[in-house]
Amino acid sequence: MEYIIHFFILIPLVGFLFSLLLNKRNEKLISGVSFVTIGVHFIFSLFFVSIWLIYGMKQIDFKEFSIFRSGNYDFYIDIHFDVITMTFLIVGSLLTFLVSGFSRFYLHREHGYKRFFTTLLFFFIGYNIIIFSGNLETMFLGWEILGISSFLLIAFYRERYLPVKNAVKVFSIYRIGDVGLILAMWLSHHFWQANISFKQMADYQSFNEHLSQHSLIGIIISLLIYMSAAAKSAQLPFSSWLPRAMEGPTPSSAIFYGSLSVHIGAFVMMRTFPFWEHQTSFRIFVIIIGILTSIFAILTSRVQSSIKSQIAYSSMAQIGLIFIEIALGFQEVALIHIAGNAFLRTYQLLVSPSVISYKIREQFYNFVPHQKTIEDSWPKRFEYTIYMLSLKEWNIDSIMYTRFWNPLKRFGNKLNFLTFKNVFIFFFIFMGIGFSLLFNDTLISKELLVYIPTFFAFIGLVSVIKAFTERNSVRLSWSLVIINHFFVALAISFNAHFDYSHILLYLSGVVVSGIVGFLCIQRLRGLEKWVSLDKFYGHSYEHPKITTVFFMACLGLSAFPITPTFIGIDLIFSHIHEEQVLLAFFVALSFILNGLAVIRIYARIFLGPHVKKYHSIAKRSF
Amino acid sequence: MEFYKESTYNEINVLKKLQKFLPFQAPLKDFVFQNILLSFQDQEFHEALRKASSIFGYKNYLKLEEFRAFQKNGVISNEVLEKIIVSKYGEEQLVFWLDKILHKEYKGKINSRIGVVRDHWKEHFKIDLDSLVHPILFRIICSYLDQGISIWNFPAGNNGFLSSLRELEKNSLTSFFKNDRAKKLLIEDKCSLSELLEILVGNEKNYEHYLFDQQFAHPGWSGMVAFIEMNPDSLLDKKKITLSELIQFELLLEIDALDSYFTDIWSPLCHKIKLEFEGVFDPVPENEYFEVLSVLQEAYEWTYYDNVLSGLLKSSNIEKITEKSFQVAFCIDDRECSLRRYIEQVDSNSETFGTPGHFNVEFYFQPEHSNFYTKVCPAPITPKFLIKEYEKSTKVKKDFHFSNRANGLVLGWIYTHTLGFWSVFKLFASIFKPSKTASFVTSSKHMDPTSILTIDSVGEVSESGLKIGFTLEEMVLRVSNLFQSIGLTENFASTMYFIGHGSSSANNPFYATMDCGACSCRPGSVNARVISFMANKPEVRAELKKIGIHIPDSTQFIGGLHDTARDQILFYDEGILSKENLIKHNENKLVFLHALQLNSKERSRRFMSINTKDSAERIHKKILTRTVSLFEPRPELDHATASLCIVGKRNLTKNIFLDRRAFLNSYDYSIDPDGKMLLPILNAATPVCGGINLNYYFSKVDNQNLGAGTKLPHNVMGLFGVSNGIDGDLRPGLPIQMVELHDPVRLLMIVEHFPDVVLKVIQENITTYEWYENKWINLIVVHPENKTLFFFDKGRFSPYSPTDMRINSIDNVNTLVESTHLNLPVYLLNNN
Repeated sequence: MEYIIHFFILIPLVGFLFSLLLNKRNEKLISGVSFVTIGVHFIFSLFFVSIWLIYGMKQIDFKEFSIFRSGNYDFYIDIHFDVITMTFLIVGSLLTFLVSGFSRFYLHREHGYKRFFTTLLFFFIGYNIIIFSGNLETMFLGWEILGISSFLLIAFYRERYLPVKNAVKVFSIYRIGDVGLILAMWLSHHFWQANISFKQMADYQSFNEHLSQHSLIGIIISLLIYMSAAAKSAQLPFSSWLPRAMEGPTPSSAIFYGSLSVHIGAFVMMRTFPFWEHQTSFRIFVIIIGILTSIFAILTSRVQSSIKSQIAYSSMAQIGLIFIEIALGFQEVALIHIAGNAFLRTYQLLVSPSVISYKIREQFYNFVPHQKTIEDSWPKRFEYTIYMLSLKEWNIDSIMYTRFWNPLKRFGNKLNFLTFKNVFIFFFIFMGIGFSLLFNDTLISKELLVYIPTFFAFIGLVSVIKAFTERNSVRLSWSLVIINHFFVALAISFNAHFDYSHILLYLSGVVVSGIVGFLCIQRLRGLEKWVSLDKFYGHSYEHPKITTVFFMACLGLSAFPITPTFIGIDLIFSHIHEEQVLLAFFVALSFILNGLAVIRIYARIFLGPHVKKYHSIAKRSF
Repeated sequence: MEFYKESTYNEINVLKKLQKFLPFQAPLKDFVFQNILLSFQDQEFHEALRKASSIFGYKNYLKLEEFRAFQKNGVISNEVLEKIIVSKYGEEQLVFWLDKILHKEYKGKINSRIGVVRDHWKEHFKIDLDSLVHPILFRIICSYLDQGISIWNFPAGNNGFLSSLRELEKNSLTSFFKNDRAKKLLIEDKCSLSELLEILVGNEKNYEHYLFDQQFAHPGWSGMVAFIEMNPDSLLDKKKITLSELIQFELLLEIDALDSYFTDIWSPLCHKIKLEFEGVFDPVPENEYFEVLSVLQEAYEWTYYDNVLSGLLKSSNIEKITEKSFQVAFCIDDRECSLRRYIEQVDSNSETFGTPGHFNVEFYFQPEHSNFYTKVCPAPITPKFLIKEYEKSTKVKKDFHFSNRANGLVLGWIYTHTLGFWSVFKLFASIFKPSKTASFVTSSKHMDPTSILTIDSVGEVSESGLKIGFTLEEMVLRVSNLFQSIGLTENFASTMYFIGHGSSSANNPFYATMDCGACSCRPGSVNARVISFMANKPEVRAELKKIGIHIPDSTQFIGGLHDTARDQILFYDEGILSKENLIKHNENKLVFLHALQLNSKERSRRFMSINTKDSAERIHKKILTRTVSLFEPRPELDHATASLCIVGKRNLTKNIFLDRRAFLNSYDYSIDPDGKMLLPILNAATPVCGGINLNYYFSKVDNQNLGAGTKLPHNVMGLFGVSNGIDGDLRPGLPIQMVELHDPVRLLMIVEHFPDVVLKVIQENITTYEWYENKWINLIVVHPENKTLFFFDKGRFSPYSPTDMRINSIDNVNTLVESTHLNLPVYLLNNN
């Protein structure tokens, strides 16, 4: 059985690699490859599941292989299969199969036909890695793939303004979710003194003693996992991204935001349930947020006058209920609910264009003007207030802006003295200080030494904040992201038990991607007179090749699993001590922001409405 | 007497101008084809395009590279190009202009005037008003206008947009505004346009420009509001709103956004910026780039026109049919062009006609159980009659997926657990075995085939000011005019069909665009039944006899509906047929069936999912599946490629292959020497065909701004429009899936009559004349006696002859249509 499980990830991987090679004009072959790949996967899943059911549904869990090992640090791939995986496998495989069949014809002649299907397969790989993951590290791998494929599908119409803007917005929320996972990995690594699997986590006996001593850490780990889950499943306060993600072709919205991607948060909660099962206060917390989300979402859904946002909010309300079911311990109920909700919303979204003809026809024959709803019986002041708040989506979106992004921007604008020309002077000064301290650490007192890593992490954070808020120079922004990585590395170097090879591993991807990205920017500057970050430039229209290369560089620089930096990030965290909370916070925030800064650079230069207006370009509001 | 302060800003004028230039945006349920640049139609075509480009930034031609590529591969003929240059600039300038047209580099970047003033908020003050104001503005308007998507409707009455908002703001603990000032201005009603503009803009000189900038940042919503203001009946659930109210509210939101942004008191935009701005409609300087494009556009058009005209001149005269098997009148619609050819091919004794698909009967139709009237005649006509339907036998299908309950919390929980699982089966079936579902819309449901219609007048009974049914005289007038207009006054066959048309599609918000344009984008089924009923009436025939139209007693008329997507014909009232006619009718049905199959084969050459080399029968089955498939964004191609309108005898076109690109209107000049019948034909055909053609033209050349973009990400807003995503502007125009095959050439109107008669006729109606005078449609007259051509230019007709008379002929259409999916040139059809 164990051996066979590999195929669930191998099949889509092979399909994906193969479809990368295809000519983008050969529609039949491109969609054929996806359709067959996912079809085979589905049939294979059915066989596997039937056999598994017949042979007694024994939980499967095994360690696949270690990607990187050093001391008690072991980044390994772990595979897990149980009834939760089974449900997600069948639902996911079936829906992806159907949607790929649907899209074969639906997307005919669309620019980006190949992009759509390869992204779909890429998503499917990520989805399978997550549902089969047996530990947080493996899950994180799939998590990142899911995040990037979401970004690509939301920004599928990359020549328009709103899809790109919303893709960046969704990516920023996903990134917060990523950090939840990283910090959870960090803490659990300290908690168990090793990298452990979900199965070990579930082994209540082994950590019961631990937990009583570290009950706070236990709660924090749960909260961090919850943060990731809530971000992916659009629970409060991360809700506002879900309707805004509906920018791609309808089938992709259906499968991502109607069904699979949005239920992944619920999956994470179920997978980690044995860990937080005994934390009553945390369970109550999940239930309360679930109730709030459901109420918020259902009220907002009732006032939506566009079909897709209505479906999105209704789905969100059901997911709120699903979270409650999970927290109450009704696993089976939740699983059935997830499947039903995924099926229903996928179909509702796919037929959403029909709503005009259907409802107009219905009204034509049975028109009742000014239909009263339950809200009309409420006191007027109360009714109007709730209505207006629901229409404004309870200000969730603007609160995120005013409370989080705007202060960051204001802070970044204070750093306007930095330019591309002088930034390296600052860099070398601080690095010089850092290195001299590092090699002469006997010179400074022990008390002071504790604060030094935090100090350099803060310098790193400052540089990435500037990178994220820079309005003009692309090169400055890009350099600052690289500089951020160096300061993080420097900061960690002060910690004990530090191994140079770890830093090397971490920085290798950064340096290579940094240089590649830099070359792309230089090349583009040579071709175009003016590139900056003040607006969208849309250069992918004329320079698709530079776009692709630069995108890979962006992935590398934001620690996506294509370079060793991906493991490096986790490794860096493992060197942060349990009590260095501020350091962990700075590094985590840096991690969120450098991903955002990089994606922002990519979006501003290459995506959005093309700055050269010699061809038909959509208005910004379209 | 009071002296008016001299003012550069006139509010009423500006609002009128905005109304005029905003896109014409009817709710999708009644799509109306119209020239997208209608507001420029009082100017010459190329001049108008140049102005519209420079003012609004539209791309009004194909790209220069596209034209040049056409020239290289012969789509634009060099001879035609040179001829046009010579006629425009003279022989000696030929080389000079040729070089510019074919080789000179142009940047092609258009800096539009729209946006210039308002952009200064962003450029100088780094505030992005659009992103702060648009999302909430769109959501509030959409909720106010919503026709039935939201479950909880806009609660504060329907007494006008602003007063409803005022009511909300007064009685709520929260506000749409972040600061007190804007809220106060609204509640205290101190928000006239000029008051608000004074706060925001300051300088009266720039008010107009600012408002244009602001409204054209979201032309879709503004256009929709402007349309609803003018046509409140276009919404089933009527809403009171004016464009001015929308602008006022938007200005308030802008003031509010600026209040939040500037911590201090801020002064109006034009007090801070001391710049002189061009007026929106200041003269637009000439520009060589547009000159080059216009010459290439002409060359592109005339290469095609010449090909068509050569075909018309070379086609041989046809022998008269002696024994007519049956006659059939279709709509002039370009989609019937090929079906008529196949019917004549399958049964060479049949005779076909084309006439606007409302068959000269104009009325409102009220289906049983409905509270609404549907107009079924050309959009400009306002009918005085009502036809009601009784004894309907069919019912509307329900589908829980569209039910509000599925989106509730508790019921939603139940729905997801039960019917949620049913959806996956439906989804599975919809992909592997598509069949009719609630998403399927079909024109055959417009009227129940067995229902009873109130066609006979029942005296002076009226409903909502409409007369129910037609009196005898009213019938005679309509029937006689129809027959005279198509030139059929004798030699009636024993059965004659009036076939209206409509369409079918699944999962398609643009379903209304595909029905009959002459019936206000509704199926023509009721009209076909009504006209047949009238023509069958013995009293009507007796009256017709008096004016020289002899219809034999044995002749019977039958109405029908051609489904242009499914290629099926539904016949009505077959029960009235006499025994002999019934036998013939059953034979005719086989002719129709065969012709429809061949027609679907010809259509299938444009569809990737169907192999055109298959047998016609099998292709027809696949076409049926195609129309019920949820995943098929192109159930049919509608009017794509339509670029000709030919008014004349069938003889003129019977033997040429026009590739479904022609509106064909039957007309016999010989019984209408002074053009009395021609006048209504041109008055109807000109705006309908020209409107369709130019809607396609502009949706194609600037699909991103004048069209609706791709339809795949569309999100339905309020049941009246579509947008991308949830925060986007409404999209006007046609989606790329409908226009991608269209060649953007202006319509060529060809009339068979004497030039002086045609000139007199077109001059009679000023709005019709404008189309030709300003060249939004090109006009050619075929002299009926010697078949010479005359081209209408600068107010008069002058002789014209095509540059290249070469034309190919073919024996078999089937092999031709199997050969390519691209547009085909004109061919002569050899009669065997």
